[in-house]
Amino acid sequence: MTLYAKTAVELLAMMRRKEACAREIVESVFQRIEAINDKLNAFVALDKEGALKKADEVDRKRAAGEPLGELAGIPVGIKDNLCNHTHPTTCASNILQGYNAAFTGTAVRKLHKADAVIIGNLNMDEFAMGSSCETSFYGPCKNPWNLDYIPGGSSGGSASAVAADMAVMTLGSDTGGSIRQPASLCGVVGMKPTYGRVSRFGLVAFASSLDQIGPITKTVEDNALLLKVISGHDTHDSTSIDTPVPDYLSLLDKPLKGLKIGIPKEYFIDGMDAEVEQSVRAGIDTLKKLGAETVDISLPHTEYAVSTYYIIATAEASSNLARFDGVRYGNRTKNPSDLKELYYKSRSEGFGDEVKRRILLGTYVLSSGYYDAYYKKAQKVRTLIRQDFTKAFEKVDCIITPVSPTPAFKLGEKINDPLTMYLGDIFTISINLAGLPALSVPCGFSGNGLPIGMQIIGKTLDEERILQIGHVFEKNTLFHKEKPALG
Amino acid sequence: MAFTEKDVDYIANLARLSLSPQETKQFTSQLDKILSYVHKLDELNTESVEPTAHILPVNNVFRADEPKTCPNAQYAVEQAPELINGLFSVPKVIE
Repeated sequence: MTLYAKTAVELLAMMRRKEACAREIVESVFQRIEAINDKLNAFVALDKEGALKKADEVDRKRAAGEPLGELAGIPVGIKDNLCNHTHPTTCASNILQGYNAAFTGTAVRKLHKADAVIIGNLNMDEFAMGSSCETSFYGPCKNPWNLDYIPGGSSGGSASAVAADMAVMTLGSDTGGSIRQPASLCGVVGMKPTYGRVSRFGLVAFASSLDQIGPITKTVEDNALLLKVISGHDTHDSTSIDTPVPDYLSLLDKPLKGLKIGIPKEYFIDGMDAEVEQSVRAGIDTLKKLGAETVDISLPHTEYAVSTYYIIATAEASSNLARFDGVRYGNRTKNPSDLKELYYKSRSEGFGDEVKRRILLGTYVLSSGYYDAYYKKAQKVRTLIRQDFTKAFEKVDCIITPVSPTPAFKLGEKINDPLTMYLGDIFTISINLAGLPALSVPCGFSGNGLPIGMQIIGKTLDEERILQIGHVFEKNTLFHKEKPALG
Repeated sequence: MAFTEKDVDYIANLARLSLSPQETKQFTSQLDKILSYVHKLDELNTESVEPTAHILPVNNVFRADEPKTCPNAQYAVEQAPELINGLFSVPKVIE
């Protein structure tokens, strides 16, 4: 197998055994990118020169017997909303064209410290607002399994690149499913950690009470490895949790015997895609054969999650995106007559439709006279959604559900119907509202060859357990070994 | 209560967005649909429920008030679209 197709754990072992060096690996990955990125539009910026320089540094350090970081020589791609000093960070938006990050965010700094090789920035829905990667200023990213289909969103580029072997691992961000849904639709592994597990410092804010950075990888092992590197307390983020980070990778091999899996009836509903239901149920059966038990549970407020989420997330977004004023970053309108016109025109020219729609909605639900009816009401329902999970976790160790009610849909299919697009987030957004960790692992394929994912939801800060479950599942199935038939 | 083009004009102004008549029309119908949908929350009695702003049991997280230098300040300023003598430039604001 060519180097670019291998996992991080495999490549690290090869480098240790001197069977490959970092430069060969990075060159192999760039060869792959140069061959197929035009088809997929997953990377929106590349730094080959910087990547090769870092690879040579890793090889030199290894030859000299100097200490190396945990990801030494591994090519990693980052979502275009993560700040990497002096490199472009544009959130796939027109308004940030020409902007280079003024500092390095914590998760990316930890990648540098671990001697990872950062290869470039990945396509996304503009400002992470979308479920299909179609709202990007750079044009849509495509699903490697079928180029007529969306890769999911908003971290569509991060998932597409891993599925197509253009990056060994990537970082995404997840506000309402933006890591798990594209991971599921592209057949790779994606983790949204507990809110506060990974510092948000240097992640361009969308909805601050929901955003979380997380890893997208080819296997659960790689996911455990990358999660450990980026996790931990950070004084630059007051919402980061001060709890030690377990060595997830070394803890993966725990048997499932006695594990109690909660199956919420609200996540297996009439009208959901039959192939998705079948694959997820088959996945649960696999875990049962390996010693787990299932318990029927109820998360009764699930049907209110989409409404709650789209009020809270847009309210926070309208406030966070007020900073883009055409004065301090990126794009400014040409020849404004006065300051007011500068603001109005720079913002109107700079933001795309979906971002404008969410700013308008968020502004409305926060505006005088509507605040209590919408925003405060949604915050209260958020409490009820959280309580559903707290109660459920008194009886079970994890909860398993589908990630998305359907496999990937066709490009253009839902883009003109925002509400339909929003309703597709039903199985992922409650987890952000409750701040819980959840992992998406491949569990099947549709009749027309598109991947299907299973969501394993854990208790607060119990990433360790859901990674163990995902790992055992992966060891006993072959879905993660399938590769898209790209040129 | 129906959501009208007047509402969109009002919030667009609050959000400092200028919309074309076509955009106003489109956003009005889309937001009307979304707002009708989210009214589903009215089915729930939440009178005695406390709101959740975020999920962590932390409130104010303070650090010692010690001055530190910002190493990349100049670079940050340089990312602005227009500068005069290393300062942000904007159109004249006073007559």
